Amino acid sequence: MYNYNQFDHDFVRNRVKEFRGQVERRLDGSLTEDEFKPLRLMNGLYLQLHAYMLRVAIPYGTLNSRQMNQLAMISEKWDKGYGHFTTRQNIQYNWPKLKDTPDILDALADVEMHAIQTSGNCVRNVTADHFAGAAADEIEDPRPTAELLRQWSMDHPEFQFLPRKFKIAMTGSPNDRAVTKAHDIGIRMVRNDKNEPGYEILIGGGLGRTPMIGKVVREFLPKENLLPYVEAILQVYNLNGRRDNKYKARIKILVHETGIDTLRGWIEEVFKTQKAHHQAPPAEMIEAIEAQFQPPEFDTAKVDEDKLSKIISADPLLRSFVETNVSEHFDSNHSIVTISLKPIGGTPGDATAEQMRIMAGLAEAYGYDELRVSHEQNIILPHVRRDDLPEIYKVLKEAGLATANVGLLSDMIACPGMDYCALATARSIPVAQELLNAFEDLKVQQDIGPLKIKISGCINACGHHHVGHIGILGLDKAGVESYQITLGGDGTETATIGERAGPGFSYEEIVPAVSRIIDRYMDIRESGDDTFLDVYRRVGADVFKDALYPEEAASA
Amino acid sequence: MARVVYPKVVTANHLLEGDVIYMTASGEWSRKHEDAQLYEDKNEAEAALKIAKGQAHMLAGPYLADAQIGENGKPEPVHFREAFRTRGPSNYPNHGKQAEV
Repeated sequence: MYNYNQFDHDFVRNRVKEFRGQVERRLDGSLTEDEFKPLRLMNGLYLQLHAYMLRVAIPYGTLNSRQMNQLAMISEKWDKGYGHFTTRQNIQYNWPKLKDTPDILDALADVEMHAIQTSGNCVRNVTADHFAGAAADEIEDPRPTAELLRQWSMDHPEFQFLPRKFKIAMTGSPNDRAVTKAHDIGIRMVRNDKNEPGYEILIGGGLGRTPMIGKVVREFLPKENLLPYVEAILQVYNLNGRRDNKYKARIKILVHETGIDTLRGWIEEVFKTQKAHHQAPPAEMIEAIEAQFQPPEFDTAKVDEDKLSKIISADPLLRSFVETNVSEHFDSNHSIVTISLKPIGGTPGDATAEQMRIMAGLAEAYGYDELRVSHEQNIILPHVRRDDLPEIYKVLKEAGLATANVGLLSDMIACPGMDYCALATARSIPVAQELLNAFEDLKVQQDIGPLKIKISGCINACGHHHVGHIGILGLDKAGVESYQITLGGDGTETATIGERAGPGFSYEEIVPAVSRIIDRYMDIRESGDDTFLDVYRRVGADVFKDALYPEEAASA
Repeated sequence: MARVVYPKVVTANHLLEGDVIYMTASGEWSRKHEDAQLYEDKNEAEAALKIAKGQAHMLAGPYLADAQIGENGKPEPVHFREAFRTRGPSNYPNHGKQAEV
């Protein structure tokens, strides 16, 4: 993984020093809140419902054990002993005190981390496939490109005051695990006719108030042209994006109002100039970045699959864990383990300091010191030897981290909602918890099969509800929490915005309503392999609407 | 139907911890909603908010929130958002104000 050079170290330390001075001036009254707010937000510090919240960037979701241990230490020393992993592959602390935040940022800098550009109308943390560098289906590891974009966008003087925030996501695999079609820029590694790797570039995806699927603006971009091309997109957006209306300021609205073909022309025009004048990063710099993302030196001793298979078969719980939480690695002796942060009764994405240390310890002992945060709020051990799976499972089980539910109903995304967020219009975490309780039997979930439920506590859609197979959006309807259901959303390479099912449900009604959808699916599916999304796409929304609104169906 | 106009309390977040605070009758700040001064008069509420805005050295984001007299004779929030602010997050009963009760 990427290690800071002297420039990075100095930059981050200087930023902390600067922020320390700003906090001091806020505390002694020299700065008003209006003056201080943009400064704290530039350093990831929000003021939420009950307390401050510090959002820490985890570039493309990659961590080592030292960093994870430091996140644990910070949570104990300056917070309440836990952290919340987010759909942006970041971690949020919900209870930091203002005067402690410079010390927290210094502690982060000690392990090459920061909270810069986790807020504001700038290029945010670049996210990537959480299986990057390990997935069997990968063309190339997208992280060197993501790191290049991180360096390019960090404190970029031209792009600190864009019309609105700007999110870039990357995947190196045809199977899109990074929701690239719902980002301002989605970058997908592809190969051209000559089998050379390059990028397909999408723009204008996004969720929120006006959900849009990204459109292809460039089918194939040679790798060396990435920065001038992305810079051309940002320049066109910076000049033409709407600044008159916050709700129409994202690039998706520019794409929608201008049309992708016209916009492509503008971007290509700027790109020509950019390409001619852009000083490309020196080849040795690119090579130096790429060198830091080389796969670890894998233990090549052949795994005794017969022996492993017998061990796994003898323990039904281990078998269930391996079936759901373990994915294929490009090296046949290794696997990818997803550690679910969705235990029954828990808060999606939360991990205690002790759990963070256990995951760090596993990465160190069995995982070549690598961890990932997924946008689905889980933690990944990207490289583990297959014969270590039983031992890893044992350690996870003792730590309450072995829930075998990845990809199943209870592996849901939920934003913090009105339990924390100042923008929220309703709670989302308790809805997730009630759903987890209603379907706590993992056998039932396994029978239901792959199902993605995603919950947002407001229209900003941090919980990605638009791309949930079943999406839930919490709203304030005349002073009462009300939950709208969307159906048929999909965040993968076949991305689709879910369709609104109809009138909302009260807090008490929402879990029974979701249960009715699932009951209907179970009634009409043709086999266990006939997934919810397959059935929905085949039969359409009406069959599910009838189940959701039985009274209307009866009177029709 | 005419919209119900509720009395107001002045609320904000404490500068140091971000904890929710309420202005009392004496102009001090309390962490309990029930200690809040309830303003029936719009002008009085606005005047109190102006005072709060002048105290940026100890608080952030003051505003007027709807409230009413509850069964115990003390002010209570009208909207669920304000009710959550008096307690803390529902997923951790041991965090926030509710932990102190």
